[in-house]
Amino acid sequence: MDTHVIKYEDLELLLGDLCTRYGYDFTEYSRASLHRRVQRLFALDNFSGFAEFRYRLQHDNVYFRRFVEEITVNVTEMLRDPGFYRTLRSTILPVLATYPFIRIWHAGCSTGEEVYSMAILLKEAGLLQKSLLYGTDINPHVIEKARKGIFPVSQMQKYSENYIQSGGLQDFSSYYTANYHLAKFDSSLTGKMIFSTHNLVSDFSFNEFQLILCRNVLIYFERELQAKVFKLFDYSLENFGYLALGSKESLRFSPIAGRYRQVGKEKIWRKINEPG
Amino acid sequence: MNQGKLLLIGGSAGSLQVILSMLTAVGRGYAMPVVVVLHRNNTFESSLEDLISTRTKVAIKEIEEKEPILPGMVYLCPADYHVLIEQDHTFSLDYSERVNFSRPSIDVTFKSAADVYGAGVVAVVLSGGNADGAEGMQEVKAQGGFTIVQDPGTAEVPYMPQQVLLRMGADLVVPTEELPAVIKGFGRPA
Ligand SMILES: C[S@@+](CC[C@H](N)C(=O)[O-])C[C@H]1O[C@@H](n2cnc3c(N)ncnc32)[C@H](O)[C@@H]1O
Repeated sequence: MDTHVIKYEDLELLLGDLCTRYGYDFTEYSRASLHRRVQRLFALDNFSGFAEFRYRLQHDNVYFRRFVEEITVNVTEMLRDPGFYRTLRSTILPVLATYPFIRIWHAGCSTGEEVYSMAILLKEAGLLQKSLLYGTDINPHVIEKARKGIFPVSQMQKYSENYIQSGGLQDFSSYYTANYHLAKFDSSLTGKMIFSTHNLVSDFSFNEFQLILCRNVLIYFERELQAKVFKLFDYSLENFGYLALGSKESLRFSPIAGRYRQVGKEKIWRKINEPG
Repeated sequence: MNQGKLLLIGGSAGSLQVILSMLTAVGRGYAMPVVVVLHRNNTFESSLEDLISTRTKVAIKEIEEKEPILPGMVYLCPADYHVLIEQDHTFSLDYSERVNFSRPSIDVTFKSAADVYGAGVVAVVLSGGNADGAEGMQEVKAQGGFTIVQDPGTAEVPYMPQQVLLRMGADLVVPTEELPAVIKGFGRPA
């Protein structure tokens, strides 16, 4: 038998250990992706076999931190799916504008590109001053990066195209200062953001919001965990607030679906008062 | 004879026409579910699904997360997501790094399918200018599945099938015009 393959049974042992030892519960994550990530880390770090890998994870906190950083999928982009951001501009922000104060939560924000995208939209709608954007993620490393607001310059052309397609009319480069290969985003944007680690599996609701975005996070969760997280969002959302998901995610099969109505064809739902 | 349980088709540049003729041959009532991993440009969005369904009459749908894999269906990987297969025969979507500059990646889906369906996999690699698919085919073979490669001499862009053949060979190397008949043959009811 190949000792360089992590068996699905072994993965279950490992997840059990992490639960007891560190209180991090990955047992309701979709297995195929989790298995692929764990397998990748196992190969990357040259373990001689599963026993050694398991022992290291049980006894080395620092290595466990690396595990969390490496098995989470942190790929993200600014203004990804420009059509989605176009709808935010045209349909959602005008409604949020009627509130005296706007609170937005980006759950699973990774390195923050999505939060900076939102801040740009709010600024252009003249709403940034009365807004607060919370960005949370399970992975502490990406949260540190998000706080800095520094992204590779090499990405800016792509983002600038997304920006134009999302209905942006300014010069996208006016939002950052480029220095060698890095682009630092404006402190007027960063000033309205609060970043923190938060685990959707185990942590509580921490505020009430008018808009919650959780994009491309739920695809990694099994249905029961999705349902729990939807309840957390429902609890954290004001009446008539909005919940936005990734382009391949849906509220359709969730226990809260009855209280929500989809806005147009984008993956945005509005919380309505009564079920039905 | 061993009956296939899942047909995988991986294609890139120059593969759309072949895919259309293969799916025309598949038609309705095919014995295996079919998963198509096609490299494509995001800007085409979902029109590809419409194109295939009007041109071939197969029951096709773009994969949604957690969807069960059912016979009689043709599943298309959505743009910009990798597609993985769970032990319980449902799909998972994944937004991790591109593999071979591609998302969806043929390697990712083929490896995952091989893990779950083992010897029940029949996998095809078609025209393309990229090495995606070669590793996936190796895993399909390692798990006892059946591998088919479009004859590079007849492929619009020979590089991708060539890479498979260089790495490991294939159970069948089929010229373009024979592919529909071969694919149809695999899906005859037992
Ligand atoms: C693919 S990224 C999505 C980033 C961004 N929302 C987007 O759509 O581009 C998924 C993020 O979810 C985070 N995540 C995974 N499990 C989580 C959990 N239990 N609680 C909070 N965040 C989690 C990962 O660390 C990762 O940064």
